[in-house]
Amino acid sequence: MIHVVKRKEMPLAQSVAIRLGVIGVALVVCGIITAIATGLNPIGVYATMIQGSFGSPRKVWIMLQEVALLLCVSLALTPAFRMKFWNLGGEGQILAGGLASAACMILLGDKVPNAALIAIMFVASVAAGALWAAVPAFFKAKFNTNETLFTLMMNYVATQLVAFYVIVWENPKGSGTIGVINQQSSAGWLPTIAGNKHLLIVLLVALLTVGMYVYLNYSKQGYEISVVGESPSTARYVGIKVSKVIVRTLIISGALCGFAGMLLVGGSAHTLTTSIAAGRGFTAVMVAWLAKFNPLIMIGSSGLIEFMSHGASEIATTYGLNQSFGDILTGIILFFIIGTEFFITYRVVLSHNKGKSVEELG
Amino acid sequence: MQVTKPAVSMHGISKSFGAVQANKNVSLDINRGEVLALLGENGSGKTTLMNMLSGIYYPDSGYIEIDGKRVEIGSPKDAFDYGIGMIHQHFKLVNVFTATENIVLGLKDKGKFDLAAATSKIQQICDTYGFDVDPNQKVYDMSVSQKQTVEIVKVLYRGADLLILDEPTAVLTPQETDKLFAVLRNMRDDGKAIIIITHKLNEVKDISDRVAVLRKGEYVGEMVTSEATTAEMTNMMVGRQVTLNIDRPDPEMKYRMERIRVKNLTVKNREGVTKLDNVSFTAFTGEILGIAGISGSGQKELLEAIAGLQPVESGSIEYNVDDEQVEQLIGMDPLKIADMGVVLSFVPEDRLGMGLVGSMDLTDNMMLRSFRRGTSPLTNRKESRHLAELVVDELEVSTPSISTPVSKLSGGNVQKVLVGREIAAAPTVLLSAYAVRGLDVNSSYLIYDLLNRQKGNGVAVIYVGEDLDVLLELCDRILVLCGGKVSGIVDGRTTTKNEVGLMMTKLGGGDDQ
Repeated sequence: MIHVVKRKEMPLAQSVAIRLGVIGVALVVCGIITAIATGLNPIGVYATMIQGSFGSPRKVWIMLQEVALLLCVSLALTPAFRMKFWNLGGEGQILAGGLASAACMILLGDKVPNAALIAIMFVASVAAGALWAAVPAFFKAKFNTNETLFTLMMNYVATQLVAFYVIVWENPKGSGTIGVINQQSSAGWLPTIAGNKHLLIVLLVALLTVGMYVYLNYSKQGYEISVVGESPSTARYVGIKVSKVIVRTLIISGALCGFAGMLLVGGSAHTLTTSIAAGRGFTAVMVAWLAKFNPLIMIGSSGLIEFMSHGASEIATTYGLNQSFGDILTGIILFFIIGTEFFITYRVVLSHNKGKSVEELG
Repeated sequence: MQVTKPAVSMHGISKSFGAVQANKNVSLDINRGEVLALLGENGSGKTTLMNMLSGIYYPDSGYIEIDGKRVEIGSPKDAFDYGIGMIHQHFKLVNVFTATENIVLGLKDKGKFDLAAATSKIQQICDTYGFDVDPNQKVYDMSVSQKQTVEIVKVLYRGADLLILDEPTAVLTPQETDKLFAVLRNMRDDGKAIIIITHKLNEVKDISDRVAVLRKGEYVGEMVTSEATTAEMTNMMVGRQVTLNIDRPDPEMKYRMERIRVKNLTVKNREGVTKLDNVSFTAFTGEILGIAGISGSGQKELLEAIAGLQPVESGSIEYNVDDEQVEQLIGMDPLKIADMGVVLSFVPEDRLGMGLVGSMDLTDNMMLRSFRRGTSPLTNRKESRHLAELVVDELEVSTPSISTPVSKLSGGNVQKVLVGREIAAAPTVLLSAYAVRGLDVNSSYLIYDLLNRQKGNGVAVIYVGEDLDVLLELCDRILVLCGGKVSGIVDGRTTTKNEVGLMMTKLGGGDDQ
């Protein structure tokens, strides 16, 4: 018989060593599969993947910006997850924020000064994201509805809403897209720093990471979130208002997703489409889980995911491989990483004892 | 005295869980056409014993005979094959299924499944015994009593002729209890053997033919119900008084004042069952007021109502700040109570689920009560760390460090952490529920000592306990609850175990013969 037994706490150094070792094993397995499936030299393929993320300063900056955007969404989901509120509505909350930003840019672009416009965009997108998360939070707090389904459904509402406004604001008419907003005036575009258009996003998210780390681990509200997540009845026992904490935390979660929407529309894409969130609301779930909801470790997990995805498109173009091949490699590596967590927490014991007592007496 | 050959005999059954001996050398006969009441206090091993009959546990030693033949019951399926069915306290039904679907769930009949035939068979069972259940009703539409009926029919449908009911009336209203008993009598008359686990004496008298008593895991004896008096049964259940030598200083009469006045308190639970019925009492400063009662007599609701955690139907709970100022605690939550300056400490029954956060370390658990202090949006762990160290030192908590999650500590140490934190707040009222449950002797005496020190400091201590010997030696006064009503308040120094035992099982106490 196979039994799964929970391990005693493992020393940190050992568990880190195991995790790093496993990534090494995963790379070897990926290499073997690459060699068998494509006949290419795995070392060359890996080199190309690294090229994809770090091959030129431009690529490095794009990589950094993408990591920052994914990290921003992951940070947004984290307070909700720490509370065991499974916010799968990141996608919709980003879209809501992006829609609000785009609306400000289109409707107010030539009416207010640029600094004021960006401030208004910030407020509007944060409010829109917060609203998108507050609705399911309210129903969870009041009627104990299932937050997973509710937040997921809100994604579709947001997508349809964006689809509607893409047609309303389409430019040029009949194109079915909005095109680049305020191409001439650049109104509402986030400013460049020393000529670098990516740096601002990276800096903002870096600040946010530290802020979120402090908020979750050292603030009173962060403490309340942990207590509610671990044991709602303990929370009530010490006088924490559980429903208030749920709504407040989701407003923060949604607001940060909305902020990510503004970074996407005002900072990088300068347009609005229904696919502008590009699955980040879901990828971020994985990033947050891999990091065990620790904002600092999320820098690493979001970096890994973005590195793999950039590498995947690079090998797809260089070797003429299907884009899916990169996804296969990503999948293998993630499988190994997640699998390790199981073996770090549990160990498998083989035994032949089952039913012995019955046989002895029978 | 044996008139029929027993349907089931248990011989010398023992079972232990780790160091706890749940059953010790228990032998018991169950006859057909008879209702046997299995009586005993909380933790006396009734449910464990029956779980071995229904295949959930396997005895460490001893054996079971059915119709004189020795059998092995290794799983619930084996039990079913021998016609043994148990109705547990917590129902195991699928909410979105109908009664019929739940009843046939898990059956492995060959061939195509015929739901219509099953429904008519269920209807037939219901008609035979007088069950009131609609086979096509969904479980989520059912009352607690109807769900219980479905569980019973489920067992009968599978051909059980020995039925075990684990405290079936705990969730029922008196009318529903009468209905259940009527059905049980029909089944008995049909020749089935019925065991009912209970600690309510009036029900034992009402339904059973024979009563077997367990105490601390051991079989104490049995009686024919019609020949037994309530007093005899109580004596068998609680046993003779044991001297524990717990310290009980006399209350300081000079400063004694009324601290908490509960008047006509009535509480209903979420299912609308009355848990506290018109309860009135006063708790004084500098005394330990014990609350005795069979488990589920309203102790939990009473403490939680005082602590602001339990919605109240009617009545009042007054807190005397001093001779002039009186605060009403009803309608307050724990935060509002604390804001009024009332330092009310509460050691709840569910230590890790309610009093502490298991995954958090000692420091963070100390912070639960104090984290709001100060205007800074950030927490201050310095004081909590200090308090954690203090509690570890003073109460001799055995822990690797104060950064260990409390769920990794043993039960006694968990309780020390919880009690230590609650006492550190310098309370004026200390509520405690089953404060020594699961604790070893040394830890228990440490807790008694801590409670006595609080009493010496003028705290109004309310101690909900289950061990009568402890209550009798520790408490100044004992309030006895029976079915949510106050059965009486007695002086801890002069009362006897039998008196309290009778009051627990019968309103107002006293013998009925």
